[in-house]
Amino acid sequence: MNMTPGWAARARGLFADNKGPWGSSTGSTPPPGSGGPDNPGPASPWGTPGPNRPRGPGASVTSLDDFLARGRARFGGGRGGTTPPSKSMIGWGLLAVVLLWLVFTSFHRIAPEERGVVTQVGRYSRTLGPGIGFTLPSPLERVQKVDVENIRNVDLGSTSTETLMLTGDQNIIDIAYSVRWNVRDPELFLFEIQNPEETIQQVAESAMRAALSAVTLDQAIGEGRGQIENQVQENMQRILDSYKSGVLIQGVAVKQADPPAAVNDAFKAVSASQQAAQSDINQARAYALQLAQLSQGEATAFDKVYEQYRLAPEVTRRRMYYETMERVLQNVDKTIVEAPGVTPYLPLNQTRPPAAAIAEPGAQAPAAGAGR
Amino acid sequence: MNTLLRRPMLAGFILLALLITLLSSVVIVPETRQALIVQFGKPDRILNRTTSGQVIGGDGAGLAFKVPFFEDIVWIDKRVRDVDMERQMVLSTDQLRLEVDAFARYRVVDPLRMYIRARSEERVSDALRPILGSVLRNELGRRPFADLLSPERQGAMDSIRRNLDTIARQYGVQIIDVRIKRADLPDGTPLQSAYDRMKTAREQEARSIRATGARQAQVIRAEADAQAASTYAASFGKDPAFYDFYRAMQAYQRTFVGEDGKARPTNVILSPQNDFLREFTRGGER
Repeated sequence: MNMTPGWAARARGLFADNKGPWGSSTGSTPPPGSGGPDNPGPASPWGTPGPNRPRGPGASVTSLDDFLARGRARFGGGRGGTTPPSKSMIGWGLLAVVLLWLVFTSFHRIAPEERGVVTQVGRYSRTLGPGIGFTLPSPLERVQKVDVENIRNVDLGSTSTETLMLTGDQNIIDIAYSVRWNVRDPELFLFEIQNPEETIQQVAESAMRAALSAVTLDQAIGEGRGQIENQVQENMQRILDSYKSGVLIQGVAVKQADPPAAVNDAFKAVSASQQAAQSDINQARAYALQLAQLSQGEATAFDKVYEQYRLAPEVTRRRMYYETMERVLQNVDKTIVEAPGVTPYLPLNQTRPPAAAIAEPGAQAPAAGAGR
Repeated sequence: MNTLLRRPMLAGFILLALLITLLSSVVIVPETRQALIVQFGKPDRILNRTTSGQVIGGDGAGLAFKVPFFEDIVWIDKRVRDVDMERQMVLSTDQLRLEVDAFARYRVVDPLRMYIRARSEERVSDALRPILGSVLRNELGRRPFADLLSPERQGAMDSIRRNLDTIARQYGVQIIDVRIKRADLPDGTPLQSAYDRMKTAREQEARSIRATGARQAQVIRAEADAQAASTYAASFGKDPAFYDFYRAMQAYQRTFVGEDGKARPTNVILSPQNDFLREFTRGGER
C-alpha cells in the first residue's frame, strides 16, 4: 500500500498531457468518496489542475498539493519534453485512443433503476446513484451495474405440473407459488453470495415447506393462504439476511394450492356432497314453509265455516251435504239399482271407462270412508 | 542508453520483461475472493481473509504486491457458497420412508486449512456432500415422521448444522445454514397409500356431510309436520264431530269432482236406500 502514491503519480504522469482538455470540467466535481487524506491516489489526478484551483481546504492538502506538484513537474515535465518532437500520425492516433478509452471508462451512465457499484482495484469504494457517474479509468476503477428497482420473479412449481409438498397433517398438497424480490444492497448482492438466484430459489422452497408443515391441508387450501404467504416471506427474509445477501423479498404469492390430481375427485365429491346436503335442507325448508301455510289456511277456513255452523248447526249441515252431493253426482254416470235381494248382472266393462267405479250397496253415506 | 536506442528489438524485450515483472508483482484482490500467497508451495500469507465482522470496502481487498515468480496466488472464494445434497432416503423411527433433499451454505473462513486439506472449493463441496447426507440421515432417522413436518424441524436443522460444522471446520469451512429443501414420500406404494388415505378421508367426510344434511332435512320436515298438526288440532279440536262431517264433504268433493271442478270419469251405482235418495224414494211423505 505504501507504494500507491508513487504509482498514482506515475499514472498521472502518463495522463499528464491529455488531462488538459477536460480537466477543468472534472476539476469542479471531485469524485465522491475520495475525500480522505489517506486516499490521495484517485483524488489527485482530477483535483490538481494546479494553478486555477483555489487553495482553501487546509494545511494537509496544501502540503499534499506541493508534493503532487513536484511529482508532476518530474514526470509530466519530462514527458512533455519528449512528446512534442515526435509529431507523427502514430502519436496522435495513440492520443486519440487513450482519450477515447478514458472517456468510455470514466463516464458511466447509471439508469434510474440501477446502482453502480465501484470497485477500486478490486476493493469496494462506493456506490453510484442514477445519472452520470465518474470513476477513474478502467483498470483502476470498475463499475458493476446492478438493477435494484426491478422486481424479479421466481416461480416455483407451475400450474401445469405437480409440485407436491407435505402438510402438517401428513397430507399432500400440489402447490405453485412465486416470489418477488429485488436487490436492497447492491454491494452485498455482488460480494456476499455466490449464486443469488439459486439461493433465493432454494430458500423459498425450504421456507414454503416449513410453513406448510405448520398447517393442515384444509388450512393450506382454504383460509390459511394469506398466513402462509406472510410466513414464507418473513422466513425467507430472515434466512437471506443471515446470508447477508442484500436481497429484499417483496412478496410471496401462492398461485395454486390444490389437492393432488390423484385425489382431486374425492375432494370434489366433498364439495358435491356439501351442495347435496344443502339442497336437501333447502327442500325440507320449502316443504316446511308450504305445510305451515297450508295448515294455517285450512285451519282458518275451518274456523270460518265452524263460526257459521254454530249459528245454525242442523241447517248448515244439511245444506253442505246436499251441495256437495250435487256437485259430486252432477257429472258422473249414475245407475240406480232398485232390486234388493237380487244381484243384477252389470256389464261393468262396457259401461265404465277404466277408472275405478264405486259400488255402493250400503244405505249410509255414498262413499263411506273415502278419504284421501 | 545509446546502445538500447540503437537496438529497438532489445529495448522492446527489456521493456516487455519489465512490464511482465511489474504485472506479476501486482495483485488485485477483489471483494469476492481471498488470496492465499504461496511461496513454492509453502503458504505464506492470506489477503482479504474472511473475518467475523465482515465489512465490504475494508482493508482486505484492493491492491497488493507479491514477489514475482517466487510467489503464487491461490484464489479462494469469500462468498457464501452452497452444497446441494443429492436426494436421500431417510427412515424415521416409526419406519416411514421419506425422500429428503437438503442444502447447506458455507463460507471458507480458514483458507489455509482449506487449501491444505482440499485444495479447492469444489473439492470441499464434493467432500461435504456425502457428509451432509449421512449427518442428515442420522439426525432425521432418530425422529418420528411427524416431527419432520412440525416446527420441531428447526431443531433438527440446528442440530444437523452443528454436526456438519464440526466436520466442516476440518476443511476450514464454516457452515452457516442447513435447510431441508424437500421432504417427500417416495414414489410408489408410500405415495399411493397416502393418496388412498386422503381419498378415504374425503369420502368419509363427504358421506358424513350428506348424512348430516339428510338428518337436518328430516328434522325440519318433522318439525313442520308437528307444527301443522298442532295448528290443525287447535282449530279442528273445537268440534270433532263437525270436523268429521266437514272433512268428509271435502273428501267427496276432491275425490269425485277434483280441485279443478271437472268430474272424474266415474260410474256411481246407487241403491234407492241411499240417504241422498231418501226424499226421491219417499215421494215427499212426511
